[in-house]
Amino acid sequence: MHPASHPEYETVIGLEVHLQLKTQSKIFCGCANVFGEPPNSLTCPVCLGLPGTLPVLNKKVLHYAVKIALALRCSVNPYIKFDRKNYYYPDLPKGYQISQHDLPIANHGYLEIPDGNGNFRKIQIRRAHLEEDAGKLIHDAHVNHSLVDYNRTGTPLMEIVTEPDLRSPQEAYDYLQILKLNLQYLNVSDCDMEKGSLRCDANISLRKKGTTALGTKAELKNMNSFKAVKTALEYEVTRQLKILQAGERVIQETRLWNEEKGATFAMRSKEEAHDYRYFPEPDLVPFMIEEKTIAEIQRSIPELPAAKFERFMKDYGLCEYDARIIIQDQDSAHFFEQCAKLYADTKKICNWIIGPVQQELNAHKTGIKTSFLQPAALITLMTKVDDGTLNNLTAKDVLKCVMDSGKHPDEVIHEKGLAQGTDDSTLETLIEEVIQENTKVVTQVKEGKDSAIGFLVGQTMRKTQGKANPKKIGEIIKRRLLNG
Amino acid sequence: MKLNELTAHEILTLIKAKKTSADEIYDAVLGRIDQCDKDVRAYVRLRGAQMDSDGANGNASQPLPIAIKDNICIRDVETTCCSRILTGFKPPYDATIIAKLKNAGVPIAGQTNMDEFAFGSSTENSCHGPTRNPWNLACVPGGSSGGSAAAVAAHEAIWAIGSDTGGSIRQPASFCGVVGLKPTYGRVSRYGLIAFASSLDQIGPITKDVTDAAILLNIIAGYDPKDSTSVDLPVPDYTRALINDVKGLTIGIPKEYFVEGIDPEVNAAMMSSIEVLKKCGALFKEVSLPHTEYAVATYYLVATAEASSNLARYDGVQYGLRLQPSQVRKTALMDMYEETRDIGFGREAKRRIMLGTYALSSGYYDDYYLRGLKVRTLIKNDFDQVFTQCDAILTPTAPTTAFKIGEKTNDPLAMYLSDIYTISVNLSGVPAVSVPCGFSREGLPIGLQIITKPFDEETLFRLAYTYEQNTDWHKRKAELKTYAKVK
Repeated sequence: MHPASHPEYETVIGLEVHLQLKTQSKIFCGCANVFGEPPNSLTCPVCLGLPGTLPVLNKKVLHYAVKIALALRCSVNPYIKFDRKNYYYPDLPKGYQISQHDLPIANHGYLEIPDGNGNFRKIQIRRAHLEEDAGKLIHDAHVNHSLVDYNRTGTPLMEIVTEPDLRSPQEAYDYLQILKLNLQYLNVSDCDMEKGSLRCDANISLRKKGTTALGTKAELKNMNSFKAVKTALEYEVTRQLKILQAGERVIQETRLWNEEKGATFAMRSKEEAHDYRYFPEPDLVPFMIEEKTIAEIQRSIPELPAAKFERFMKDYGLCEYDARIIIQDQDSAHFFEQCAKLYADTKKICNWIIGPVQQELNAHKTGIKTSFLQPAALITLMTKVDDGTLNNLTAKDVLKCVMDSGKHPDEVIHEKGLAQGTDDSTLETLIEEVIQENTKVVTQVKEGKDSAIGFLVGQTMRKTQGKANPKKIGEIIKRRLLNG
Repeated sequence: MKLNELTAHEILTLIKAKKTSADEIYDAVLGRIDQCDKDVRAYVRLRGAQMDSDGANGNASQPLPIAIKDNICIRDVETTCCSRILTGFKPPYDATIIAKLKNAGVPIAGQTNMDEFAFGSSTENSCHGPTRNPWNLACVPGGSSGGSAAAVAAHEAIWAIGSDTGGSIRQPASFCGVVGLKPTYGRVSRYGLIAFASSLDQIGPITKDVTDAAILLNIIAGYDPKDSTSVDLPVPDYTRALINDVKGLTIGIPKEYFVEGIDPEVNAAMMSSIEVLKKCGALFKEVSLPHTEYAVATYYLVATAEASSNLARYDGVQYGLRLQPSQVRKTALMDMYEETRDIGFGREAKRRIMLGTYALSSGYYDDYYLRGLKVRTLIKNDFDQVFTQCDAILTPTAPTTAFKIGEKTNDPLAMYLSDIYTISVNLSGVPAVSVPCGFSREGLPIGLQIITKPFDEETLFRLAYTYEQNTDWHKRKAELKTYAKVK
């Protein structure tokens, strides 16, 4: 039995997600907000915290934050105020981080995750606030000293903190997946844990089932994928369970996940003994966001994944599985809807998009929006399969050409001479040849062995180099041999 | 009269009449610096020949050499706040007011001495040693902008820039017998002013007379998108407010300001100033600023708290002083921080960092910093209330005249009290000016402080100008001699 479903103990998890917002410029200066540039190339006196410089809030960051807050059903605090969080570290050029302490921009929201029984469960969001990211230390370049890269300094961050509402590592994983999908719909962050644009710390404790007081928690850090969050939490459940079952006490501490060793290790407690001495940031004047602005941002929020999922099942008759997959990508979902306006069989459209289209997109490492494929082109292809002009195989071939070249399907079909059954007399001639060459099989067919027809169809298809409609060939053969 | 002894507006008139040239003016100022700065020690760095290039780019050439306090960033020029910890720091950018001065064609004569990071009232807390008061070289020039005030008083600059967090422009102006103006918080951009206490700091002019202060404020005032705390209000032409007429203006005299500790000579100068303005038609009434007694305590909580955070960036990592591993006990990061800051900061800086850190610490925040913020609001309300009854407030700038060098260095509390009349003004954000209003028997200047409503620098100028036009104090020249104190 996995300890996560231990009969005696209940797992209690809360997550803190740090999200880098992908605004064009940084939160308090005009430097470009991009990843992967040469060290210290994206800096200016302001984000370097040089003496005399002052921060100026990027309004776009505020808009993104409000958008996220609203999407997470939070109440937005219109009084915007920043605070200084004071601590020393070489990646923090001012010796303090500009953050929001007592008045975060958002409170009391929730996100729904599947409860495993076909229903949804609300995971409450305690708060979400804005802050600036720090730089990065590079330790391995030299033996005797470390280097600092300030490119990341001043990247806008939103910290989203849940209540301790998650009950298993799997739920934590689901929450992260769903949060990420929502954030991608909002187009506010890359949500890439490997690039650090989404970082997650987890608080975890165990308690006896039926009790309500929280157990002593450990804070887990240093996980660099959703999978790692889950694995680290699973490790921690086991570790804490052992301690509790031995009648000992869990120590409250920060533990670092070691991916290689597959275990968490206690961080030296000295490093956590912080008094951040928060106080209001005097360089940024508090101000109110107008209700009008909040309403505008509310209107800019697209249909979110959960709503789309429900609607796709209801309006298009998709099954849960298909609906779940198609909504994973907003553009694919949109593409699907465009197609559905042109073609009735939505299940078939879905199969094409999830299947061959997605394969091609993967091969091209692109998304549907930036690919050459237009909804009308896909429907043209599908219609040509229906009317026998193309078979499934040739249709996929045409799809590949369309997505490689951007040509219209008709153009591809014409160039490749792929249209099947265009020349009936040629087909008749080829069938005649096959009949002559396979007298033994022909006899079997005439004796009533239907399955033998398939062989003759196959032979004919080979002669047409796969360009004919096998159904049609079958019909001609039957007519020639059985009714003739 | 020598060119360097003229005011900016007098020189501008000569230039207009083609009776002098930039070269003549520069020579006069540089000659004076050469002659007397070894005694006054107003400057810590001189621009010398580079002075020409500062003004050359300007479109409205005003070749009037200006002295800049050493806490305002000048591109590619070492700027250190007179602290060892910023040794070698050359800002890669110009402060907004420096850009404005350059744009106006005003050349920078040099950078002036100050209390380290503006922590002080005497310019004794400088890593370069003290500046001397041109009226008596044995005395302090006041502080923290003591170098700028002394440079103007000694005619080593035509005018100067200072910064004022609790009186750092006005108190040295008072001690040096010149005009010093702290504009409304938000009137002048702080971008490029190395922060002491962000919510209190303001840059302002130190000049030989009120007219020059108006001309200089015209150049440096205005909204700056780079400073969120600067205010987007139109800047009037302050020279138009130089009206020799105060008829009908009501002036409040706060009763709380004339109690114990005030020097009788300062009190007497104050009383005769009131008479001067009365004769000019101003009406006077007694007013009350009931929370005055808490101002110094409040100030030293709010200002030191902000300072402790503002000075955290001086950690030896990016710029300025860093104690190399060989000089450090161990190579650990913490040792580098501690050694660098131990050697880099002076005593007063360390004292204020500790005070501020304490005020913000968990468990003390509510009792100290937060209470400080609340009392600050009460003090601001006092001013709002008084300004419903009058147009301006009149007070002494400082309770005493300049004191002797070394007299108060071992008594920080006595030193803090020399800002008792100026501190409330910063806590409230209102504008104030100090103008010369007399001399002690020892020949030391006394300053009169005029305070008005936020963004009403015009009334400030009108009152100060009227007072100046009806007195002669501003015409006296310092003699750069050492006098024994006679009592």
